Amino acid sequence: MTHRLVVLGAGTAGTMVVNRLRRRLDPLEWDITVVDRDDAHPYQPGFLFLPFGRLRARDLVRSRHAFVTDGVELVLGEVDRVDPDGRTVTLTDGRRLGYDYLVIATGASPRPDQTPGMLGPQWRRSIFDFYTLDGAQALADALVAFPGGRLVVHIVETPIKCPVAPLEFTFLVDDWLRRRGLRERTELVYVTPLSGAFTQPIASDRLGSMLAERSVTVETDFLVERVDADARTLVSYDEREVPFDLLVTVPLHMGADYVGRSGLGDELNFVPVDRHTQLSTAHRDVFALGDASDIPASKAGSVAHFSVDVFVDNFLEHVAGRPMTRAFDGHANCFVESGAGRGLLIDFNYDTEPLPGRYPLPVGPLSLLKETRANHLGKLAFRWLYWNVLLPGRPMPLPSHMSMVGKSVPATPATAATR
Amino acid sequence: MPVTTLDGHAVHVDAEGFLTDPAEWDESLADVLAERIGLTLTDEHRAVLRFLRADFTARGETPTLRRASLGTGIPVKALFGLFPQKPAKKMAYVAGLPKPHGCV
Repeated sequence: MTHRLVVLGAGTAGTMVVNRLRRRLDPLEWDITVVDRDDAHPYQPGFLFLPFGRLRARDLVRSRHAFVTDGVELVLGEVDRVDPDGRTVTLTDGRRLGYDYLVIATGASPRPDQTPGMLGPQWRRSIFDFYTLDGAQALADALVAFPGGRLVVHIVETPIKCPVAPLEFTFLVDDWLRRRGLRERTELVYVTPLSGAFTQPIASDRLGSMLAERSVTVETDFLVERVDADARTLVSYDEREVPFDLLVTVPLHMGADYVGRSGLGDELNFVPVDRHTQLSTAHRDVFALGDASDIPASKAGSVAHFSVDVFVDNFLEHVAGRPMTRAFDGHANCFVESGAGRGLLIDFNYDTEPLPGRYPLPVGPLSLLKETRANHLGKLAFRWLYWNVLLPGRPMPLPSHMSMVGKSVPATPATAATR
Repeated sequence: MPVTTLDGHAVHVDAEGFLTDPAEWDESLADVLAERIGLTLTDEHRAVLRFLRADFTARGETPTLRRASLGTGIPVKALFGLFPQKPAKKMAYVAGLPKPHGCV
């Protein structure tokens, strides 16, 4: 009898999963279907560069079909609902897909509609996001026309995709304004719901110092209640106000609406799963991978990559009726652009915060938590690796589990007191 | 983890004073913890704390402010009134739960 695996979402995680599993599951025994609403796969890390005119939109989008291997059916359509008891996915055009196993990999999306006042008359006039292709392009036009003033970079609430991206944007816009002679005329403000620049103490200290060196004012513990578009002001629940001439916001992130409609999500439509296996806590035949799950890790491509490594082996055991023996450790690593052609690298997991030191690679080590030219070049090179190695599911020379090799452990355990 | 004595209760705490063993908490300790951060608990505070405790027991994680608001029906703005300035942290502290980690 043929088994049916249905994967919802042909983004980073979904594409890797179907390509990897197609090689591991007998085509005579397993049908694999992947569903996405369109045939445009964006390289999301590239969005960061669009506002500065350093990449064009057409450099960042490719056909999903081209990256889904033969033997996997790509269905284009919008998911209306999952019936986990009837093991059926229904699309909005009425098509129904039965499954024996389901992988939810429909990611997370910015939702400006969730903050009162954000989608008003100032949206894409003085209020922008750069987490969408059209948002990042619109911001590019706004920056070219920006005469100086109060430029506010803002995060509504965590979790967000690529948690370092708002910091990177701040570093890059500082560099960009300097080059154009506008920095003196611009007040740069970083508004965050966190108590510091970042969540983890050592990285937060380092990145916080980098903001201070660049004369960026940081407004912490700011939970936005609404945007007063007329007054061009952010208003927090505790009635603080941050005025802006140009607001670059990272809206609230949510999982897909069908996840909520199907009763599979938490309050933000993220799917509750076991943090080590990513098996749904409610259904033995449903997994969630990538940004769609509620694991307490970064919503980042590196997490999708490392967790898919673990998932593929576990899935084969699970469908054979055996216990899953591998455990994902929450491993993430991220390049952090810091402007002027330099960048940092951070590497961490559920239990170990980003630490300074060296990150060993076959081509030579990269520096951790330190601004270098090599890290910037690594970030640029990654786009090629993404399309040519990562998505096709070819082996990357990076272990999926975080390693302590090269890391400097602080003499006294870091505490959160700095937050 | 250091052990400290709060009004006759011996409890394990982290560097910031958050309880590290939620089992060491009870409602009378909540009053002591609240007093240490300048709060006097009302029934509304206690309803929030009960939700936090129950949700932590069910999910193993300290709920976010958004989740606490949905779970208790108390608007976020009112939670800021009950636990001023840093409600998510203060709620967790008084409920004897780990500090909520802003997801990395």
